[in-house]
Amino acid sequence: MEKILQVNDLHISFDIHAGEVQAVRGVTFDLYKGETLAIVGESGSGKSVTSKALMRLLPTPPSRIKQGEILFEGKDLTKLSEKDMQSIRGAKISMIFQDPMTSLNPTMTIGKQIMEAILKHQKLSKEEARKRAIELLQLVGIKNAELRMKQYPHQFSGGMRQRVVIAIALACNPKILIADEPTTALDVTIQAQILELMKDIQKKLGMSIIFITHDLGVVANMADRVAVMYAGKIVEIGTVDEIFYNPKHPYTWGLLASMPSLDHKDTELYSIPGSPPDLLNPPKGDAFAPRNPYALKIDYELEPPMFQVSDTHYAATWLLHEMAPKVEPPAIVRERMKRFADIVARKGGKPRG
Amino acid sequence: MMAKQQYEQLSPEWFQPAPPNVGEQEKINRPSLTFWQDAWLRLRENKAAIVGLVMIIILALMAIIAPMASDRTYKDQNLRHAKLPPKIPVLEHIHWLPFDGRDANGVDVYKQRGVKEYYWFGTDDLGRDLWVRTWYGTRISLYIGLLAALIDLLIGIAYGGISGYYGGRVDNVMQRIIEILNGIPYLIMVILFILIFEPGIISITLAMVITGWTTMARIVRGQVLKLKNMEYVLAARTLGAPTSRLIFKHLIPNVIGPIIITTMFTIPSAIFTEAFLSFIGLGIRPPEASLGSLVNDGYKSIQTYPHLMIIPAVVISLLILSFNLVADGIRDALDPKMRK
Amino acid sequence: MARYTIQRLVYMVITLFIIATVTFFLMKLLPGSPLQNQEKLTPEQRAIILKEYGLDKPVPVQYVQYLGNLLKGDLGVSFQYDNRPVTELIGDRIGPSAQLGFQAIVLGTLVGLVLGILAAIRHNSWGDYTATVIAVIGISVPSFVLAGFLQYFIGVKLQWLPVAFWEGFKYTIMPTLALSVGVIANTARFMRTEMLEVLSSDYILTARAKGISNAGVIIKHAIRNSLIPVITILGPMAVNLMTGTLVIEKIFAVPGLGEQFVRSIELNDYPVIMGTTLFYSALLIFVIFIVDILYGIVDPRIRLAGGKK
Repeated sequence: MEKILQVNDLHISFDIHAGEVQAVRGVTFDLYKGETLAIVGESGSGKSVTSKALMRLLPTPPSRIKQGEILFEGKDLTKLSEKDMQSIRGAKISMIFQDPMTSLNPTMTIGKQIMEAILKHQKLSKEEARKRAIELLQLVGIKNAELRMKQYPHQFSGGMRQRVVIAIALACNPKILIADEPTTALDVTIQAQILELMKDIQKKLGMSIIFITHDLGVVANMADRVAVMYAGKIVEIGTVDEIFYNPKHPYTWGLLASMPSLDHKDTELYSIPGSPPDLLNPPKGDAFAPRNPYALKIDYELEPPMFQVSDTHYAATWLLHEMAPKVEPPAIVRERMKRFADIVARKGGKPRG
Repeated sequence: MMAKQQYEQLSPEWFQPAPPNVGEQEKINRPSLTFWQDAWLRLRENKAAIVGLVMIIILALMAIIAPMASDRTYKDQNLRHAKLPPKIPVLEHIHWLPFDGRDANGVDVYKQRGVKEYYWFGTDDLGRDLWVRTWYGTRISLYIGLLAALIDLLIGIAYGGISGYYGGRVDNVMQRIIEILNGIPYLIMVILFILIFEPGIISITLAMVITGWTTMARIVRGQVLKLKNMEYVLAARTLGAPTSRLIFKHLIPNVIGPIIITTMFTIPSAIFTEAFLSFIGLGIRPPEASLGSLVNDGYKSIQTYPHLMIIPAVVISLLILSFNLVADGIRDALDPKMRK
Repeated sequence: MARYTIQRLVYMVITLFIIATVTFFLMKLLPGSPLQNQEKLTPEQRAIILKEYGLDKPVPVQYVQYLGNLLKGDLGVSFQYDNRPVTELIGDRIGPSAQLGFQAIVLGTLVGLVLGILAAIRHNSWGDYTATVIAVIGISVPSFVLAGFLQYFIGVKLQWLPVAFWEGFKYTIMPTLALSVGVIANTARFMRTEMLEVLSSDYILTARAKGISNAGVIIKHAIRNSLIPVITILGPMAVNLMTGTLVIEKIFAVPGLGEQFVRSIELNDYPVIMGTTLFYSALLIFVIFIVDILYGIVDPRIRLAGGKK
């Protein structure tokens, strides 16, 4: 498959008066054409920072890209001028944000906000841009598009606003759509509608999606591949089946175990003990070790490299080293793994792995 | 991604399980600070606020000590020494400073009239010592500012607290009253009030309080309303805590921040209002002096004796500026959302 | 929107009525009368004069008469200025005050907005700190102090501009400057805070994610949205300006309403004090009313939400 975006060893730091917060500490992944890559992790794991860095939307200062590259269409985005970056933003790479209630300009009509993106990147007349905007609104499932064009954000419900945000992002048929927790702020039923819409549009337009979330249920539903982030690093990456049926990293186990679900038979919800490390002074060795019940001595000394599990599956844990003791995931995770197989079966995919 | 082989010479010893100590996981890395310690740390970092604080302390000390330390009083007249320019020992030899006892034409008035004493800030047209009068005036201005802020505080807390705490119709009526009062231009009320009750420290202070307390009342009410429905207060309530305990143990500690901020802004605005009133002839009556009345008197001879206007003008500006700097600093320190 | 407007209008009328009533009764409490300096009059002459001013009737009757006259736009006659009607006195003096106020508010808001916007865009830079410091000083230094410094240094020492009086545009420069500094400082401070808040909001990120240039984001999205709340400070600003004109006109000997007001306070000319007070109150309440309505018009959230009711 064709690689559309390559991120190599990306490091991002924030300079605050107390020192340097190393929010992203060496992230490497590829994005293939037409796929959906989910990036999951707790808040503060660096997933949002990574996604904003791809668009170079982080304020500088305090943030800075310390090292690494972001290759897109043969160019390194980290080295592009602000002006060149502007011609990529919204045209080739688009982004939708978490809270539709605040991500639209309250004093500008919906129509103008969509047309603004079109007029910026395409040589269209105002009238053509207006027609295109109406098409986009129809594409994202908004009825009475003509009338809705003239309305302001506060006249739309949360779900409708998120559709508008998606319409803006799609204005110029981007190659990549970055969705930063696009459904977190929405009701469960609306969530499902928006996810359906995104899948549907991806099928029609064939773009790649980077889906940032902390909700593994959404991941199972949406993603082709999953990257699990912890403390500014990707600790495990693989296809959705590999991550759900055959997770290797104890942190991924913890995430799977702590997922709430409706048909849950256990009375107690599992939670990963402790809290993420302070990225102002990242610990030596494996950052997850202090919370890892399977930690080895070496975890406190040396950072684990990415061990290859399969062609597509890698995990950064010493447990995969040949000298390490063989450890099975905890019972609750094994039970979960079984259930995810059912979800995937239900969504129509063939059970892989 | 690194190849496996690189790590093959690692000692097997290192691959012994070493699960973390559970107790250690919950350890908090940074020392925890109380709200006030945290606020104080932030205030200390704010250079402007510290400068303001130091200036307030200096000005207040001068206001207290200077009139007492001098053997002249604010109302002693000495017509033979009228309209002397400032003259300060040592500084008199630095010629670009206006403290050499020379008037606008460069004539050494002290020598001309044979005055042996030094008047550090000069004298006015009745020969009163401006040094003493300026600091005495600062005292009056500070006194009025603090008194107005204090009364505002008491009325505001009582009114706002009752209005917010009881809510419903009580609140509704009390709020309408405030709304009407706020519609009336503040200054007009103050002027009318003083016209009726002859100018004096108390009447000026009361006149300012008459409309000033509504700001405090609104802020207290807003905070009370916000906190009233917060879960920890509801929890305390379900546990049967009495109303007085709720007010003193839960509400007051939480509304204290906005109250301090409002009070800190009230003081300079009261000082300003007093000065303004003096300026339009409704302030402190001579021989009493406030900074405002001194500036006003100084205007009469601005062309010939500018020091009479400039000195009290500088002091009052510094005073208001210092209070504003400290108030800004406290607001930023108490409101972590504003933190940069 | 209609409902909102009517509600504001009702408040305006109630407030005015209360001010009129309070002013009337306060004046009744005041010591002194038109006759206070004329002890030589015979009782007959006194009675005639009292009757002429309508002061011989019981207070409630006077009150009703007063309200009736107010509705007709009659504010009574001056005790001091040859029995001239107060409305006429106000009319004579309003010109210079209006010009001064207008010049100060235009200069002040324009400079203040530019300063505030620049400070917010260059947040935490030296320019930002400088603008912030200037703003705090501008807020802290009373306008009469500033006027004094201007008058002394620019007028007396440097002799660049006339020290006082009102004889052409040159004469308006110093009073306008003195009056506008407070406006500049307040506007700049408010605009900076609003702008910083808007710049950190999500929709600015959305706009940048569309590929809009930084200048485009600031002009089309940030400034417009920060300007809306700035409208709210126009009310308090009008109050400040009015306060300012009282002293500034006195200092620069401008023949305006403020100067006359201060003088009538010194002369105990109660009808003029009362009339001018009412006039000022009405003006300010009207400004606040306009500001409220304007806010509703500019902000679609209020305009449309109010319209549906």
